[in-house]
Amino acid sequence: MGFFVEVLFGGFLAGVLYALVALGFVLIFKASGVFNFAQGAMVLFAALSLVRLMEWMPIPVALLVSVAIMIVFALVVERLVLRPLVNQEGIILFMATIGVSYFLDGFGQTVWGSEVYTLDLGLPKEPVIILESLFEGGVLVNKFDLVAAVIAGVLVTVLAIFFQKTRIGRALRAVADDHQAAQSVGIPLRDIWVIVWSTSGIVALVAGIVWGSALGVQFSISLVALKALPVLILGGFTSVPGAIIGGLIIGAGEKLAEVYIGPTFGGGIENWFAYMLALLFLLVRPQGLFGERIIERV
Amino acid sequence: MLYREAGQFKTTYGDDQAIFPIRQDRLGMALILLIAYVALPLFATDYFITSIMIPFLIYALAAIGLNLLTGYCGQVSLGTGGFMAVGAYAAYNFTIRMPELNLIVVFILAGGCAAMVGVVFGIPSLRIKGFYLAVATLAAQFFLDWAFARIKWFTNYTPSGSVAAPPLDIFGFAINTPDRRYFLILAIVTVMALAAKNLVRGRVGRSWMAIRDMDIAAEIIGIRPLRAKLSAFAVSSFYAGVAGALWAFLHLGAWEPLAFDINRSFILLFMVIIGGLGSILGCFLGAAFILMVPLALNQIPTALGIPLSTAMISHAEFMIFGAMIVFFLIVEPHGLARLWALGKEKLRLWPFPH
Repeated sequence: MGFFVEVLFGGFLAGVLYALVALGFVLIFKASGVFNFAQGAMVLFAALSLVRLMEWMPIPVALLVSVAIMIVFALVVERLVLRPLVNQEGIILFMATIGVSYFLDGFGQTVWGSEVYTLDLGLPKEPVIILESLFEGGVLVNKFDLVAAVIAGVLVTVLAIFFQKTRIGRALRAVADDHQAAQSVGIPLRDIWVIVWSTSGIVALVAGIVWGSALGVQFSISLVALKALPVLILGGFTSVPGAIIGGLIIGAGEKLAEVYIGPTFGGGIENWFAYMLALLFLLVRPQGLFGERIIERV
Repeated sequence: MLYREAGQFKTTYGDDQAIFPIRQDRLGMALILLIAYVALPLFATDYFITSIMIPFLIYALAAIGLNLLTGYCGQVSLGTGGFMAVGAYAAYNFTIRMPELNLIVVFILAGGCAAMVGVVFGIPSLRIKGFYLAVATLAAQFFLDWAFARIKWFTNYTPSGSVAAPPLDIFGFAINTPDRRYFLILAIVTVMALAAKNLVRGRVGRSWMAIRDMDIAAEIIGIRPLRAKLSAFAVSSFYAGVAGALWAFLHLGAWEPLAFDINRSFILLFMVIIGGLGSILGCFLGAAFILMVPLALNQIPTALGIPLSTAMISHAEFMIFGAMIVFFLIVEPHGLARLWALGKEKLRLWPFPH
């Protein structure tokens, strides 16, 4: 039992990482209907910027500069990609973001280099044993994973407050609901897009910090971030809590599957299990667990 | 002036339905085929044949497959690399388990296997579309990558997981020199490109396009979405499978699952977008373009006296591909094929202004 819980916890904490990436997707999808494939590349780029800037300046300044870089990136994307493609079909925008993702991968590595960098912000990393009273021997978890979970929780709370209580948040929800109606009551669509891309750039930075501290900042982050796609399908494209819960389910599911059914298939099923789970889920409930039901015949 | 159809009258139904109704097009096509079949083998170096023409033709074939699905039927796929892998490993298994099979039969069977796998992964397309489907095909890509790396039967229990094509021959004619491999590929690509061109002009292709443009309307005029979508997946995967078998047997020789990873799928999607969604010619143009970028990045800076490092080149490649995709989607969504069509319009009058 203790082992099961340990695997489950490991899965949950991997899931938190996926959820952090998925959050960025959800933000952009909610506000602009763009399925942003470049989120993974943004995570890599933000983490690379931060880790290289930290060599030059103190950590708080480096953080601020990285945030500024992500905001500039949002401005550039809005001006060069979104504005010319406004009112195009979703799938065209999707392919455009694949282009953005390739460009950003190449650009980031050209500017910041392509080695593996260790990111050390002084987050605790030593393993601890918890829940000793419940199971014999307790459950071994890494303190760092707990910190990651706390960061994700804080981020979601902040975003929820931002969306529900602030003026800009309300405008964002209005835009998400209906572009035209929002525009006709005087909400500037372009500013909203810049804001939402900046926000998800900052979310990408947070995700990059957590991932980078765990795995080192390297190109593979951009690929692992693809795992956020099944998370989105499970949680629904438009739901912030859905991203978190979807992330937890995917993370726990794939770790448990790897440990318990993996050996019968020769191992490594982690790589596709999440996608297959999402695929099956799509056939049953295409809008995801918490997504808004879209009535559409295919 | 040179390119004008004035004076060419269609007097029979046959003329009206010709693939190339204009004489200049026919001449141009004949010239291209003449260069491909005669001039290149005679004059080109082995290097040019093996590292430019062969990948170009195979990429073009795979791009045709993807274009039939994405450009004509409107179903985005990120799993083409996976379907190519199915073709490659199916061909490998057929040749080692049934060595008496003719190579052509092997390629057809390989395509058939890929088509079956494609149909299975195409089933979700009946309920979902757009980027949901893209994620579903991504599932195919990752699953197939895994299957060929981990299920030992596919690789005939080779310890390293990498397999090599056996010596090839067709009707006792050994396929062992670059020229012979080139001829075999060229012949297959010619036949399959022609078939694709005819397919999209016919009933099947039209039903795909109807589904792409508006699925509900298509259903109302009597097109069955089930049959249209699954046939698009089947044909597309067949092309990808044959391309995969050719890539593995005649280009790589020995390969491992990594040869067909997700980047292959993205590159093919880029070829289709840059070349032109919904155009067979575009597949060739897109493949040529994508292949040219790394070559140009290698040659031009060296020629200018500022050699770039290998890492720099691969990053620059990423940046150029990404920027080109966005550029083409914004400026010319129909890609290079559309530019070519515009050029032909201009040529009708050129060099006179009116």
